[in-house]
Amino acid sequence: MSAFMQQIINGLSIGSVYALMAVGYSLVYSIMNFSNFAHGGVIMLGSYFGFFLLTLYKLPFAAAFVLAALGAGALALIIERIAYRPLRKRNAPFLYFIISAMGASIFLENIVIATIGPTFKTYPRILSPQPYSFGTLSIGRLDMMMFIISGVSLALLVYIIERTKIGMAIRATAYNMRASALMGVNTDRIIFIVFGLGGLLGGIAGVLFGMKYTVYPQIGFITIKSFIAAVFGGLGSLQGAVVGSVLLGIIETFTSGYLSSQYRDLIAFALLIFILIVRPMGLMGKMTEDKA
Amino acid sequence: MDWFYIQGILILSGIYLLAVLGLSLLTGFTGLFSFGHAGFMAVGAYITAMMTVNFKMPFILALLVGGVAAALISLLIGRLTLNLKGDYFCIATLGLGEAIRLILDNVQYFGGARGWPGIPLKTTLGNVIVINIIAIIVMANLIRSRHGRNFIAIREEEMASQIIGINVFRYRMISLAVSAMYAGVAGGMLAHYLGFLQPKMFQMAKSTELTIMVIFGGLGSISGSALGAIVLTALPELLRSFAKWRLVVYGLAVIFIMITRPQGLMGGYELTFKNIKNFFSRIGLKANEKTSIGGDQS
Repeated sequence: MSAFMQQIINGLSIGSVYALMAVGYSLVYSIMNFSNFAHGGVIMLGSYFGFFLLTLYKLPFAAAFVLAALGAGALALIIERIAYRPLRKRNAPFLYFIISAMGASIFLENIVIATIGPTFKTYPRILSPQPYSFGTLSIGRLDMMMFIISGVSLALLVYIIERTKIGMAIRATAYNMRASALMGVNTDRIIFIVFGLGGLLGGIAGVLFGMKYTVYPQIGFITIKSFIAAVFGGLGSLQGAVVGSVLLGIIETFTSGYLSSQYRDLIAFALLIFILIVRPMGLMGKMTEDKA
Repeated sequence: MDWFYIQGILILSGIYLLAVLGLSLLTGFTGLFSFGHAGFMAVGAYITAMMTVNFKMPFILALLVGGVAAALISLLIGRLTLNLKGDYFCIATLGLGEAIRLILDNVQYFGGARGWPGIPLKTTLGNVIVINIIAIIVMANLIRSRHGRNFIAIREEEMASQIIGINVFRYRMISLAVSAMYAGVAGGMLAHYLGFLQPKMFQMAKSTELTIMVIFGGLGSISGSALGAIVLTALPELLRSFAKWRLVVYGLAVIFIMITRPQGLMGGYELTFKNIKNFFSRIGLKANEKTSIGGDQS
């Protein structure tokens, strides 16, 4: 029983980081209706920003953390500016957006390989490895921190989306971009904000992920799993992205705990295909019809 | 550079040309995006190798079996996801491609993640050229037929083509199956050229590279795709010292093409004798116009 609870706790901690990544995919999808595959590159570079700020510039952890998140946010905005805005202005078909996103993700991954190198880098140790114990359960300090930071960031995001004026504008744009533009919403600014928010959360997730595991150029590939989680929960739905991520995290830890870690990735991809077949709109998404 | 080396580059270009031709039908002509074509190549490669090594089948027949196996797998995933919105299909192919690779990693019959050595070397420049010529002729005729026009109609305006009575789902299935079959045969040829297979060879990066070749050449042009495949396979060989930056440049180039010239190098034109003749006669006309205007001014 305690092993079971332990797996749940591990699953929650990795799932919460997936959730941070997944909301980035979901936010952009809800507004622009395409899957922003460059988000993985943003997360990866956020992780590298944090690493270099901590090791090269010896910044205190909190400062490095905030700067890395801001850097990733800025990067997401630059990508939007260069790779998507010209297409948006031209009303290009969705295929072009995906191709452009793919180009951006290839570029980001390989520029890191070419300049920094393909080797794995380890974050300096910030927290003591001594876990907290509650009776028979033990929770690593890092896991605890991941869970708390992710939870707080997600709560803030939900607050922005649900309670502020900007959030209302985001929701309106997601519902119908043309109508909200007619009602005086500056959709360009909304898209700007959405990419910025996604990038910020991606940067936070990147740093947490790097601390838990290592930093390397192919982190973007891991983030595909957070994308799966977003699809699982329903693309375009924030709550869905969070629920999907936590469930995926738990499923993954259970697979590697009780079956074999070899099958961990396979289960994730099988889950993706299964969800697309059984309930393509995801757990909480709404079915969208193609409008001509 | 000796002949053996050049021959190797030509064979590899030919193999990728075949896979890119198939993907060109799917992405360039039908407007569907696939992240999983490396997976179809993997299925073709492993099935073909199994046929020649374990069942002692002749090479050409084994290639066909490999291609059909890839097409069957693609029909399975197509049946389930092609009636959804476009990006769900694209996501599903991503999942499928990775799932195929991870399954192959764990199948000990095929050597698992360590790889499968000792596959007979049967791919020669001769049979690569013959197969490619057949494949190009088949594809060109398919595109020019009524079916080809239906693919293009679906790419341009899905709803309108449904209204005029094109069975969109069925045509997407056909396009997917043909394109997966091309990829499967290409995989089989790759296996019998390298003599060694490893699931790692068919990562998602390979799928995206195939798509990049299609985009370079131009969406909706067979000769463009062919050109893209040959140039992008041969170019890295010539620029070996530049290898580290290759994909960096590719990534930038893809964004640049999408922003400035999304129709790619050939832009929907085909390289036929008639078009070449027209092109040169147009240049001639332009030159004449210029001199006459100059004459008026003086």
